[in-house]
Amino acid sequence: MSLADTARSMGKAFRSYGRTLGIAAALTFGTQALAAAPAAPVDAPVVAASESAAPAAAAAEAAPATATVADKGSYTPMAPTPGKGQPVDKGWTFQDQYSPVGEQGLWMHDVILMPIIVAISIFVLILLVVVAARFNKRANPVASKTSHNTLIEVVWTLVPVLILVVIAVPSIRLLAQQYEPAPKGAVTVKVTGYQWYWGYTYPDNGGFEVISNMLTEEEALKKGEPGHLAVDNRMVVPVGEPIRIQTIGSDVIHAFAVPSLWFKLDAVPGRINEKVLFIKEPGVYYGQCSELCGARHGYMPIAVEALPRDKFEAWVKTQPGGTVGPAAPAVVTPAAAPAAAAPEAAASEAPAA
Amino acid sequence: MATIPANEGFDAHDHAHDHDHDHKPSFFARWFMSTNHKDIGTLYLIFAIFAGIIGGAVSGIMRAELAEPGIQYLGWWTNFVGGNATDFNQTLHMWNVLITAHGLIMVFFMVMPAIIGGFGNWFVPIMIGAPDMAFPRMNNVSFWLTFVGFCSLMMSAFMPGGTGIGAGTGWTVYAPLSTSGSVGPAVDFAIFSLHLSGAGSILGAINFITTIFNMRAPGMTLHKMPLFVWSVLVTAFLLLLALPVLAAAITMLLTDRNFGTTFFDPAGGGDPVLYQHLFWFFGHPEVYIMILPGFGIISQIISTFSKKPVFGYLGMAYAMVAIGVVGFIVWAHHMYTTGLDVNTKMYFTAATMVIAVPTGIKIFSWIATMWGGSIEFKSPMVWAIGFIFLFTVGGVTGVVLANGGVDDNLHDTYYVVAHFHYVLSLGAVTSLFAGFYYWFPKMSGRMHSEFLSHLQFWIFFVGVNLIFFPMHFLGVQGMPRRYPDYAMAYSYWNKIASIGYVIMAVSIVIFFINILYAFLAGKKAEANYWGEGATTLEWTLSSPPPFHQFETLPVIDDAAHAH
Repeated sequence: MSLADTARSMGKAFRSYGRTLGIAAALTFGTQALAAAPAAPVDAPVVAASESAAPAAAAAEAAPATATVADKGSYTPMAPTPGKGQPVDKGWTFQDQYSPVGEQGLWMHDVILMPIIVAISIFVLILLVVVAARFNKRANPVASKTSHNTLIEVVWTLVPVLILVVIAVPSIRLLAQQYEPAPKGAVTVKVTGYQWYWGYTYPDNGGFEVISNMLTEEEALKKGEPGHLAVDNRMVVPVGEPIRIQTIGSDVIHAFAVPSLWFKLDAVPGRINEKVLFIKEPGVYYGQCSELCGARHGYMPIAVEALPRDKFEAWVKTQPGGTVGPAAPAVVTPAAAPAAAAPEAAASEAPAA
Repeated sequence: MATIPANEGFDAHDHAHDHDHDHKPSFFARWFMSTNHKDIGTLYLIFAIFAGIIGGAVSGIMRAELAEPGIQYLGWWTNFVGGNATDFNQTLHMWNVLITAHGLIMVFFMVMPAIIGGFGNWFVPIMIGAPDMAFPRMNNVSFWLTFVGFCSLMMSAFMPGGTGIGAGTGWTVYAPLSTSGSVGPAVDFAIFSLHLSGAGSILGAINFITTIFNMRAPGMTLHKMPLFVWSVLVTAFLLLLALPVLAAAITMLLTDRNFGTTFFDPAGGGDPVLYQHLFWFFGHPEVYIMILPGFGIISQIISTFSKKPVFGYLGMAYAMVAIGVVGFIVWAHHMYTTGLDVNTKMYFTAATMVIAVPTGIKIFSWIATMWGGSIEFKSPMVWAIGFIFLFTVGGVTGVVLANGGVDDNLHDTYYVVAHFHYVLSLGAVTSLFAGFYYWFPKMSGRMHSEFLSHLQFWIFFVGVNLIFFPMHFLGVQGMPRRYPDYAMAYSYWNKIASIGYVIMAVSIVIFFINILYAFLAGKKAEANYWGEGATTLEWTLSSPPPFHQFETLPVIDDAAHAH
């Protein structure tokens, strides 16, 4: 993203300040979601995972004849690129970022925060060393009795204030950008946290739900994916356009988090949280549940696969009841009620594409 | 420390009048029905050390488990508490029990009892020239409530708690995991333990406030009080205002769990996020409750060993007041990802960063206190300087996390774990060790070994930094908190952290050897064993002080005993 693009999107973000997105308490919806939670993989998620080695084919075959589209679509899970969208061995910096928000956040951290905090820490360390060297008992046998100096006290109050202002301005801008609402027609994915797996519902595409369980270490390695992060069925989304992510918890609080996309949003029972996700490059991006949700909290990873529009649509058609095109009915999200998902319109509104 | 030698110390000062005939109660009455602030302080310290061993051992289990990817030791511990390790979910539940126990023990039964109950009880009355606390009997009740609370928490580890044995909710006890998500008595017992220790802390806070406001010796005005007393005063107010909110929140948890209410259940009109607001309205002041008395201890030590009065005394005192006040209006920075709206998040980002200002004043004032001083690097001073640096590192990562937009990535990762361990495990605990070596000879009448204290410091310093610094790396790489197992890529820094734990554990062994040495072979401590820099009232008394001190109140003239 160029600097000009950054400035543009930040300006846009500023204008959208007042719009508050996060909280849409939808109680009835919450209970519905609870009731509708599929029971299947609760007890033996790992077993279930191993049985679905070829999820695409199985799902396509299982799709009932009610599908309105003639072709059954196609989908081959993308192989992840090592080091992209996943942690790297001995890594000590942020994962590379693949969303505009991520680039902004990374800039905020690397350019603004890190230099300041490193400088402060080193400054304090130097002062301590100087004090220890100059004012130890041997070097300075008689202690001074100075205990006040108004000027210096004012200085060390005001200088931190100025530093904080320097931090606060871009920080507030970053926040505003992160809260930019999804444009009309953006694809909606409803992410439901279950104990202990994820469900991805596509209300704009026929309302099917993808159930996503962790693969065992062996299965993951066999498929060439990182252990503990790979899943049987990924959340597939289109690349290069804003995606409306809505999160909800079906039982306890979970958190949908993908570090390489700078995305983390709690999935709370009884309320829908919403946030825009924009992925710049096709790829597989891994994340993990980030709110303590019980025993298998560490065993419900997230895998987001970003595909070009046409491949995304082909994937949708492999799903039971998956539909593409205008006027796809919103089956399970009365709260969202999005307009027709016209792909061209959505793409053109993509911020800083 | 277990016993305070009967008055074999010096009667160092004239006004520590004749106490050859101290009437000490019998053993049982003295230690189980104690009304003496020093005895109660000793009880608190022994209790805190005991709880610290358990809490530290729990973190040892955790670091052992995390040393390698995969699940290695959890199964054994699952069977140990009476679970069934063949059920993998029960084994994983055990992890959550460990993190819950570690957090609750360290916060409520180690740091707080040691720093407020222990040092606060011992030295607040002495430093203000009072014979005892205002409500001695209530003081005793405070201690035993804390003790019983600890028992309740320990019992919870052996009871059904939903998926497995024990309470696996995290120390935050978030609903609905702690309500509908954890069937069985374990969570009830854990919650009840917070009720008990919370009640004990509220009583203690009332006691401290009353004592400090009403029982200062003639001439000891508020603005002459030593900074440690100031820190405990501010802390007591934080306790008094924050703990009732926690009590309300966890009482609602109990009724949600047992009596069919739906405070935090959306199906009945409640909201899980309400619990988080209530919890953190308590929880954020709580972290200042743990660190403020540490600030006070560090101020005393820096001043003593620099042989200078504290620089900017009033600024130091009111910086603590400011931290206490602002601490109440920043709670939702613990909740940046729960779905706060953008304006709320902006407010909490800005408010949180404000805290860096009074904290900065404290750091710079400590350094200015040393500036121009004639510093003696006795063991408490070395610990105190270590504190300043480690707390600074923990503080600046707090500034990073304060930014709501950056926290979107770091929230609930190991970066947060690193941050709060730098300010607490390395900050508060370092101040505890500093205070311990500062006052241990005063309390016991025996000198510890300076060599062992220094040795412990350096090993501890290396160990804790090895444990917690790599956690920053894990955090920015995206490793979430509260995970018993992790992706291969995270194994390197986890291994380093676990090695750091072993080094840190060695330093704790040295600590106990040092205590043992003091009691077996330590020199008798004089009244003022730190010399000219030590000017507060405890140094006018013998080591250990008489069973009852200041039967004739000391008079504080203009400058003699001021800060």
